[in-house]
Amino acid sequence: MTGRRTVVPFGPQHPVLPEPIHLDLVIEDEKVIEAIPSIGYVHRGLEKLVEKKDYKNYVYIAERICGICSFIHSLGYCQGVENIMGVEVPERAHYLRTIWSEYSRMHSHLLWMGLFADAMGFENLFMNCWRIREQVLDMMEETTGGRVIQGSCKVGGVRKDISVAKLKEMSERIEKTKADVEEINHVFFDDSTVIHRTKGIGYLSKDDAYHLGAVGPTARGCGVAIDIRKTGYAAYPELDFEPVVESGGDCYSRCMVRAKEVVQSADLIRQAIEKIPGGDIDVKVKGNPEGEYFSRVEQPRGECIHYLKGNGKKFLVRERVRTPTLTNIPPLVRMLAGCEMADVPVIVLTIDPCIGCAER
Amino acid sequence: MAYITKSPWIIHYDASSCNGCDIEVLACLTPLYDIERFGIINTGNPKHADVFLVTGGVNEQNRPVIKNIYRQMPKPNVVVAIGACALSGGVFRECYNIAGGVDKLIPVDVYVPGCSAKPEAIIDGVVKALGILEKKREAMKKEAGN
Repeated sequence: MTGRRTVVPFGPQHPVLPEPIHLDLVIEDEKVIEAIPSIGYVHRGLEKLVEKKDYKNYVYIAERICGICSFIHSLGYCQGVENIMGVEVPERAHYLRTIWSEYSRMHSHLLWMGLFADAMGFENLFMNCWRIREQVLDMMEETTGGRVIQGSCKVGGVRKDISVAKLKEMSERIEKTKADVEEINHVFFDDSTVIHRTKGIGYLSKDDAYHLGAVGPTARGCGVAIDIRKTGYAAYPELDFEPVVESGGDCYSRCMVRAKEVVQSADLIRQAIEKIPGGDIDVKVKGNPEGEYFSRVEQPRGECIHYLKGNGKKFLVRERVRTPTLTNIPPLVRMLAGCEMADVPVIVLTIDPCIGCAER
Repeated sequence: MAYITKSPWIIHYDASSCNGCDIEVLACLTPLYDIERFGIINTGNPKHADVFLVTGGVNEQNRPVIKNIYRQMPKPNVVVAIGACALSGGVFRECYNIAGGVDKLIPVDVYVPGCSAKPEAIIDGVVKALGILEKKREAMKKEAGN
């Protein structure tokens, strides 16, 4: 028996969403037939601000595209400008950028794991993930001065150095955080409640993931091994790691990828601290950018591209940001088709939607 | 905090923030700060809420949403604007799609500055707002004649 089709609005203000996105869910009985997204609730139009802010000042706007992947956005932007101008960034700055990028990834993934647990109604797990996340934020605050917006990246290097003693302390503390994360990961991997809510739910095939343009953990959870860190920016070429790939294509696999990446990030931070060279942390940047560049970075949510174009003046002509959430929306729409109404919050969260990024 | 006679429930809406303040609002609820121990609960339903936390500035798309949430909240209620963007548009005030702070649209009782606002500052703002809420409640009682 087929029921009548009904359209249920989901969002923009919804308890499971910290940020506004709107989905029109076309449902038949309890089954979702189609999901139609509509966005624009957080659109600020900040790409156009490059015409009003000098290219060095724009870094703080780039950082505020999103408050979760803030550091990596500023890194992507700075990297773009440096490449246009041919600026050689000191090795130590590359390593510091890598360390802060990985801290960002850890805090973002732990945040997501908490929200995901909350979407399943697993309050205790939510609280525990956020408890561990505070350890990461403490390290951020102690080294940069900011918890979520750091302001430590600039064109030509970084603003702050970390002392040798502090680095040593960091590598000890990261081991503790890693142990805590491993303990909590065990719940995500083996707990029957989590498995019941995630296994086989929101399936996306490898082909679909690739053709619909999925990036980051959404793609890696379907067996597509793309990780922009492997293209070798900052200090990543010198660190030893392999992208975390799972082949299930369901919510469980995407969750596994993120949970394992937190541990991987802790490992990368330890490696970077071991290998970090001495020297300067920035170079003086003179002149104005002329030319264009596509700067690619791996954010917690996937590949992010900053396209920059300058014409020799101090204001850039164009900036275009292609963010991971926006590219992950078509795969999300595919995952939602055919699911149960009650699974919608869980599936929406598995692409780790970051609307601040997506709408800029 | 003797003046808190009831458990105040909050509702949070991200107007057009970068997420920075939003995740700090959530951080207030979780183990390190844990405001839930004072009976403060984050609800998704405007009709259950006493305190409206808004982050981010006003833009064309979210204008009706903010108004709608505010209109649905029972009286007395208080509005707390969190972060530089909710105060004035912040770093985005020159963007073509940003109309300015939240007070352009609805009356704001407490302003919490910062980019992003720290959890300590947010909690302080909410505590101040609860004082205002109590005064509003008293005033409403007087008006009703008891």
